[in-house]
Amino acid sequence: MRKKYRHYICRLVQVGAAVLILLGFILLSLHRIGYEMNFTTLWQFRHRLWQGFVMTLVIAVASLCLSVLIGAIAAFAQKAKVAVVSDLARIYVQVIRGTPLLVQIYFFFYIIATSWGIDNRYLAGILILSLFEGAYIAEIIRGGLESIDSQQFEIAKAIGLTSAQTTRLVTFPLLMARILPALAGQFASIIKDSSLLSVIAVIEITQTTQEISAQNFAFFENYFFLGLQYFVLTFTVSLITRRLERKYKHADHT
Amino acid sequence: MRITLKQISKSFGERTVLSDVSLDEEITSLAVIGPSGAGKSTLLRIIGGLLVPSAGELLIDGKKINFTEKELLAYRRTIGFVFQSKGLFEHLTALENITLPLIHALGMAEADAARVASRLLTRFGLEAEGHKYPFQLSGGQQQRIQICRAVAGNPRLLLLDEPTSALDPELTAEVLDMLGELQKTGLNTIIVTHEMGFAKKACEKVIIVSGGTIVESGKSSELFAAPKTEQLQAFLDKVLEWHV
Ligand SMILES: Nc1ncnc2c1ncn2[C@@H]1O[C@H](COP(=O)(O)OP(=O)(O)O)[C@@H](O)[C@H]1O
Ligand SMILES: [Mg+2]
Repeated sequence: MRKKYRHYICRLVQVGAAVLILLGFILLSLHRIGYEMNFTTLWQFRHRLWQGFVMTLVIAVASLCLSVLIGAIAAFAQKAKVAVVSDLARIYVQVIRGTPLLVQIYFFFYIIATSWGIDNRYLAGILILSLFEGAYIAEIIRGGLESIDSQQFEIAKAIGLTSAQTTRLVTFPLLMARILPALAGQFASIIKDSSLLSVIAVIEITQTTQEISAQNFAFFENYFFLGLQYFVLTFTVSLITRRLERKYKHADHT
Repeated sequence: MRITLKQISKSFGERTVLSDVSLDEEITSLAVIGPSGAGKSTLLRIIGGLLVPSAGELLIDGKKINFTEKELLAYRRTIGFVFQSKGLFEHLTALENITLPLIHALGMAEADAARVASRLLTRFGLEAEGHKYPFQLSGGQQQRIQICRAVAGNPRLLLLDEPTSALDPELTAEVLDMLGELQKTGLNTIIVTHEMGFAKKACEKVIIVSGGTIVESGKSSELFAAPKTEQLQAFLDKVLEWHV
């Protein structure tokens, strides 16, 4: 117990040292160009910043859920027996992965969303982002499913599990162990990619920061703080998924 | 237990693997032997309800098994199946591998399932392995735990597909000892095996499968002493070539 405690202190000192070195480097760089950071200018914008942060959080969480759903559907649809369905799924994945998000945002927002009467830009933004990330998640899930030894399903059959039980008790945990690390990376991308929705004037944190910069001209402070906010979000995701990874780790020893 | 096969055939696409396999035997312990690729695994999977034949009927104690998904599901729950290797769920401990079918397929309470599982592990000297994952177990331990899982639900029939062919000789012995002990308790078993000594001594009856059909069958004590067919003689000559 005592040893464990000492181990934690030791790690804390090590991590602290690493952070200090990096911070020192940044401060030195700023000093060399003669820039004095002054974050007090951000304080007056705290309400807008908070609203922007919450909007980014909402968009990220909604897109995260929706993109996993879309990704799962696309992954299974690629294996569908009806050719039209599997072709559609394959084309979707290829096209989305083969074009920039920025192009997709303009295309879907100004053509598809407009023509189908989706005039809420937040809803449109979440849909576009989910479609984009869903294609990547589909590939992650498909790869994960293919890496499971088919004998595992034969065992499930032999002991008399129903297909719903097999999915819940066998496929899901085996799949999670295999795809969680890749999925964690994708979740971080969703958070960062949501910044591009600023181009259709979704007032999330990047858009908010741009607007504030036009008023206070404190670009360094504003964008430094913006980066920090994204990092807080992605780091949280990384902590949560690492915990999940530990839970499922025994399911993958291939 | 009476096992009846009526003209069972199985084809995969163009390829016919079993043709007109018929059998009508009272079975306590049956060994299935024959060259590789003969169709032994295919036959065993059909008997275990894991594979639907292209044609033919399967009867257990005179009752016909309909090959519908619903009936097969119920049927599989009454049968134990042991695979050649990698027959445990990778993401579960040895103990969980045994309790999962008890809880989810047979509807046993969790505490009861855990009790049954640990009693079996203790009985076969595996109590120290209960909390290990398959990748932490030796091949022989994996096979013995597979057998524990297969018998935990008191199946009416235990099927084993070459349970020792991926093992070293000393591990083979420990698995066969365990099987011998289970057979003595009256468990009905069908085992596909290349262990001629085991087929001869521990199994009451034996069938020889070759080229997708049963070429010979009978009491193991008689059949090995005086093979009736050329196929059996040739097969025995081959497998026993290096036997001392
Ligand atoms: N799912 C399958 N699809 C196509 N061919 C198969 C399949 N399963 C088995 N076979 C073929 O059937 C033949 C018999 O296989 P098997 O029953 O495994 O033989 P054994 O267990 O006697 O070695 C082999 O030639 C094998 O290639
Ligand atoms: Mg085989």
